[in-house]
Amino acid sequence: MYTQALNVAEADDRGLEDAARAAQFQARIDAEERIEPNDWMPGAYRKTLTRQISQHAHSEIVGMLPEGNWITRAPTLRRKAALLAKVQDECGHGLYLYAAAETLGTSREELVDAMLAGKAKYSSIFNYPTLTWADIGTIGWLVDGAAIMNQIPLCRCSYGPYARAMIRVCKEESFHQRQGYEIMLTLCRGSDEQKAMAQDALNRWWWPVLMMFGPPDATSQHSDTSAKWKIKRFSNDELRQKFVDATVPQAQYLGLTIPDPDMIQDADGHWRHSEIDWTEFKQVLAGNGPCNRDRLAARRKAHEEGAWVRQAAAAYAAKRAQRQTAQAAE
Amino acid sequence: MPVANIQVSETPLVLYALRRADDALILGHRLSEWCGHAPMLEEDMALSNIALDLIGQARELYSYAAKAEGKENDEDKLAYLRDVRQYRNLLLVEQPNGDFAQTLVRQFFYSAFADLYWRAMMTSRDTTLAAIAAKSEKESAYHLRHASEWIIRLGDGTDESHARAQAAIDQLWAFTGEMFDVDEGERALIHAGIAIDPGTLRGPWLQTVSDIVGQATLVLPQNDWMQQGGRLGRHSEHLGHLLSELQSMQRTFPGLTW
Amino acid sequence: MTTPNTPLWEVFIRSRNGLAHKHVGSLHASDVTMALQAARDIYTRRGEGLSIWVVPSTAITASDPADKGMMFEPAESKIYRHPTFYEVPEEVGHM
Repeated sequence: MYTQALNVAEADDRGLEDAARAAQFQARIDAEERIEPNDWMPGAYRKTLTRQISQHAHSEIVGMLPEGNWITRAPTLRRKAALLAKVQDECGHGLYLYAAAETLGTSREELVDAMLAGKAKYSSIFNYPTLTWADIGTIGWLVDGAAIMNQIPLCRCSYGPYARAMIRVCKEESFHQRQGYEIMLTLCRGSDEQKAMAQDALNRWWWPVLMMFGPPDATSQHSDTSAKWKIKRFSNDELRQKFVDATVPQAQYLGLTIPDPDMIQDADGHWRHSEIDWTEFKQVLAGNGPCNRDRLAARRKAHEEGAWVRQAAAAYAAKRAQRQTAQAAE
Repeated sequence: MPVANIQVSETPLVLYALRRADDALILGHRLSEWCGHAPMLEEDMALSNIALDLIGQARELYSYAAKAEGKENDEDKLAYLRDVRQYRNLLLVEQPNGDFAQTLVRQFFYSAFADLYWRAMMTSRDTTLAAIAAKSEKESAYHLRHASEWIIRLGDGTDESHARAQAAIDQLWAFTGEMFDVDEGERALIHAGIAIDPGTLRGPWLQTVSDIVGQATLVLPQNDWMQQGGRLGRHSEHLGHLLSELQSMQRTFPGLTW
Repeated sequence: MTTPNTPLWEVFIRSRNGLAHKHVGSLHASDVTMALQAARDIYTRRGEGLSIWVVPSTAITASDPADKGMMFEPAESKIYRHPTFYEVPEEVGHM
């Protein structure tokens, strides 16, 4: 979206940003105007967005791996087609998001290289393994459900390209959660073994999914400025609560038990979960989750083994351009 | 009752549909193995699209085979409960993905055939097969274009890509002859106007393939010894591994609904 | 090793005949043929398109947001260019 060439970063390199411009910028944000790539923006806004959008893109791409793990083993042809289409969608979403990030002046290649070097983060949820078919149902139901909670407010994000990408993503993702829930429903209506498989998957994914919304508001680093800039419209805890309230009745319908015996419904109807183990979250974030190393290794392998293909395409394009120039000169 | 392999009454029509269904499923499965691992995101998208087209074709052809058989089999039983000796696909499509060149050469050889084949099948007297052919022809026309563009780029790209593309052609060439073979049962379907004779497509196929391979500065092997057996269930060692993965859920948990 | 950059392309899609091509997003491709194929594979998976344009991103010249005042504001005062500027009695009917 929009040309990179236009996004010269020179304005940001000036040590002192014009206070008047900054105030004008904030006024536009407050008036719910969208910021577009070539508009002036504070360096910190550009940096925050580049980081957030590229992390989001990395998450989509790394997220292809745990689900891709089951494409070749999906139990029916219908499920196989749906899962492949879903994982393909994640790839498309990664692609849209990289494009949105690129409008801020960093190329996809640079963003990807940072991820492969382990310098950029992606959603920790994808560092957990998919062990059974029920994990595919659970990911669709809960992980995509949590993602949708996060993403719908982002459709109104102050940065135009990000908001537009999210609108497209949300539109396409509407089938993902439904296909996940349908898998769970089929399991829960199936044999005892299938139902146990569904419960086991829920047990393993529940807490990591709650962690997807990020640290509690009291300790979150980025929320203040992100809220001021209308990149983020709800706090981590608000979104987490919304998700829990939406999910509990869905689990009840399936006849599954949320693995939180102390969860209670308060007087206002909200389901209050017990304390989240943030030590685990920090460990996974630090690279010590069950699959961190495997995920990065898989992405690096694809990248390195694809290098000769990308080089071939570039070499051919150069030859073709040369031939066309030669032809035109004749 | 635990389900072992199903039995299929392979009348000529059932066998005909199964062969094409197996081709599409096995190739679609192979391509789906790339999802998340392609050389660039754009190609993850493209290979997944082709895989989805092929899996879609397989489903229609299995359903038709099941209907033609008129017993209790359905698309999933046919896909998940036949063993390697009961699979009827071409040896070409079960060959491992290898590197990107091998995948694309395999796709190119097959799509160049499938495009001609389905176009000719649009005139089948069997209305279901004619309808499947009409849909599949459009899909394979795109698959062929996609693969051709890549063959040209790999062949005429760098020294490394040229060498890899040539190696893939040399390795897969011996699996192309089987596409044009016909047995007696199929001969009868051809006479009845239900199937078409793939032998008549050899010339046009060779023309397309030679043209693109020439543009790619690559060469076709002189060797004309061709491997056979896929249509009769005599496969390479690769298919068994593919099936053990493809069928693992249905084999581990027999008879359940997913 | 850093990866050499693959050119960026802007994608425009006509969703049905009678409508203009609309910008839908961008992609990376080594040349125009691959860009067109990638656009088809990425942006028309749900039957969104009947026609695709791909344009090298570098070929687009954009107006400078800093010029917004002189570029666009002068038009705002020319309200006589809009039909609602003129009064026609109701009895005359739709015009």
